Amino acid sequence: MKAFTTLTSTAAALIDNGRLMANVDTDMIIPKQFLKTTEREGLSEGLFYELKTGADGAPNPDFVLNKPAAADAGILIAGENFGCGSSREHAPWALLDQGITSVIAPSFADIFHNNCYKNGILPIVLPLDICQALAEQTGGANHRFTIDLASQTITTPDGQQISFDVDQGRKASLLAGLDEIGETLHAASAIETYEAGRKLSMPWLERKVS
Amino acid sequence: MSGKTLYDKIWDAHAVQTDAETGESLIYIDLHLIHEVTTPQAFAGLRSAGRGVRRPELTLAVADHNTPTENQSLGLAGVKDEAARNQLAALDRNVTEHGIEFFPMGDIRNGIVHVVGPEQGRTQPGMTIVCGDSHTSTHGAFGSLAHGIGTSEVEHVLATQTLRTRKSKNMAIEVSGELREGVTAKDLALHLISIIGTAGGTGYVMEYRGEAVEKLSMEGRMTLCNLSIEGGARAGLIAPDETTFAYMKGRPSTPKGGAWEIAERYWRTLFSDPDAKWDRVVEIRGEDVEPTVTWGTSPEQAIPVSATIPDPSTMRDPVKKAAAERALDYMGLEPGAPIAGTPVQRVFIGSCTNSRIEDLRAAAAIAENNHVADGVRAMVVPGSGLVRAQAEEEGLDKILINAGFEWREPGCSMCLGMNPDILAPGERCASTSNRNFEGRQGRGGRTHLMSPTLAARAAITGVIG
Repeated sequence: MKAFTTLTSTAAALIDNGRLMANVDTDMIIPKQFLKTTEREGLSEGLFYELKTGADGAPNPDFVLNKPAAADAGILIAGENFGCGSSREHAPWALLDQGITSVIAPSFADIFHNNCYKNGILPIVLPLDICQALAEQTGGANHRFTIDLASQTITTPDGQQISFDVDQGRKASLLAGLDEIGETLHAASAIETYEAGRKLSMPWLERKVS
Repeated sequence: MSGKTLYDKIWDAHAVQTDAETGESLIYIDLHLIHEVTTPQAFAGLRSAGRGVRRPELTLAVADHNTPTENQSLGLAGVKDEAARNQLAALDRNVTEHGIEFFPMGDIRNGIVHVVGPEQGRTQPGMTIVCGDSHTSTHGAFGSLAHGIGTSEVEHVLATQTLRTRKSKNMAIEVSGELREGVTAKDLALHLISIIGTAGGTGYVMEYRGEAVEKLSMEGRMTLCNLSIEGGARAGLIAPDETTFAYMKGRPSTPKGGAWEIAERYWRTLFSDPDAKWDRVVEIRGEDVEPTVTWGTSPEQAIPVSATIPDPSTMRDPVKKAAAERALDYMGLEPGAPIAGTPVQRVFIGSCTNSRIEDLRAAAAIAENNHVADGVRAMVVPGSGLVRAQAEEEGLDKILINAGFEWREPGCSMCLGMNPDILAPGERCASTSNRNFEGRQGRGGRTHLMSPTLAARAAITGVIG
């Protein structure tokens, strides 16, 4: 997994009718036709496809990521329950491919939230009014935010500092860019002990190796 | 000390180790279900790190998301979409390389992963089950802790047979009394989500309890647990009972003879203790649930089919109001009008939510001696080859075909439209699936979620109602 330490970048806010969009689902983040790949890369083409293009496939000039000021945004700001819906990891892969490595929202759906951490993306939970205030500071190419994971702070373009909470275990993994499978394999003896006990206590779960 | 919930019991029986500092646990996984869409990158990850699959025999593969619902006997040659064919071929290669049992397209045991697991008896009470698919919550109907994971986690489970995770909170959904005649588990699930919202269950595992839940068939319980994720919950659970054991007995992979007796003794300990502590309790009266249908683009935007379409101008919550305005615009509906009578052009009966034999019987009961309305295209996609065969044995296929329904081959199909079965822009669909998100069934497509009974009725009358 890639590490996340600090990020200084412009931000893009997903706004509809003047409000941060709630319940942005994974079908919206990356529609089904882009899930047929066997790669993790190249998925930015499908990111917010139906929001960023018209029915004819031409770019929608009103969509935030199509605006020059947000074209390089590394931060996304959205409303409640971001990432609800399917378990597709293509959603964080598409964000990553676009260059977005942090999402700020009042709440996240469970599986998407997990998937972010597995890909070096930092999901930050802040109250809606703060998210809305951050969104108001986006829009200019020089409106840069700095996110520092070690100190758990966001510095806004106008110089304010906002702190955020993060699970300390996940913070450590992100800062180190930990190879989680490698770490778990270090616990192989605990897994073997569990398996030996399981064989005795739940023997019906054993199956023949084909 | 208070008692344990069913979730607590399953968790405790599977915790390999817990980090006291971070609260992260390693949980052992009893069954790993895999399919073609969310695994190629996981196998590639294993390959590049020189890692293998720890317990291939605890893994089961099916092809379901991408598969066309016709000409499956042609195999991969019958898959016209090149990208889909490549992904299906990759699964074929990966399972062969790692010695994983696989029911490929065309095999009678193939079908939607969440139909196949229970049908084969691979899903059993007290198990931990994961799959790179959010509707893995379906298997909770057997009292197994089952939930969706991402592809990185799929790779982790393949390599270690464990998952790094944190314990969720306990929520009880108490459904008293009984559901009225004609009201199904689907109606109950949509009713619940309309109350708690799509994020209402975030951070929780939900256990469905009470008389109305106990009276549900296994098919109904699977429908209910399937939709737990639409309420934001990590998983849904129902304690195993006689209904569960009767469904399981004699299936290919359930224990036999003495092994069954030993297992059953354990399964009978899988219930929440009377003094278990719940973090949240939601109470529903079974009698209050009406046939329910969604009007918007989120499963929480659901109302009784007898009700009128909500008016955003009367909504106080600004978030709900903005979402409702956007949804009505997308769905092309007028606030204040009755939802009943809304014309549909398409009907989809299928998906991991509602494609089991009971669902097809319900649809056939409506279709018998009737005909699909002019201008409506109605499709029935059985959940597996075995469901399809059983339906044919019961003559349901003939009833449905005579009524003008298309009788397709199994798969996820139009639930997510990864195969050729999709809606055209503006088309309105009565669907037994699980998500009515914008574009879910095809760009610009308008999805109304409902039970198989209501969907079949919409096919016959041409309108919701």
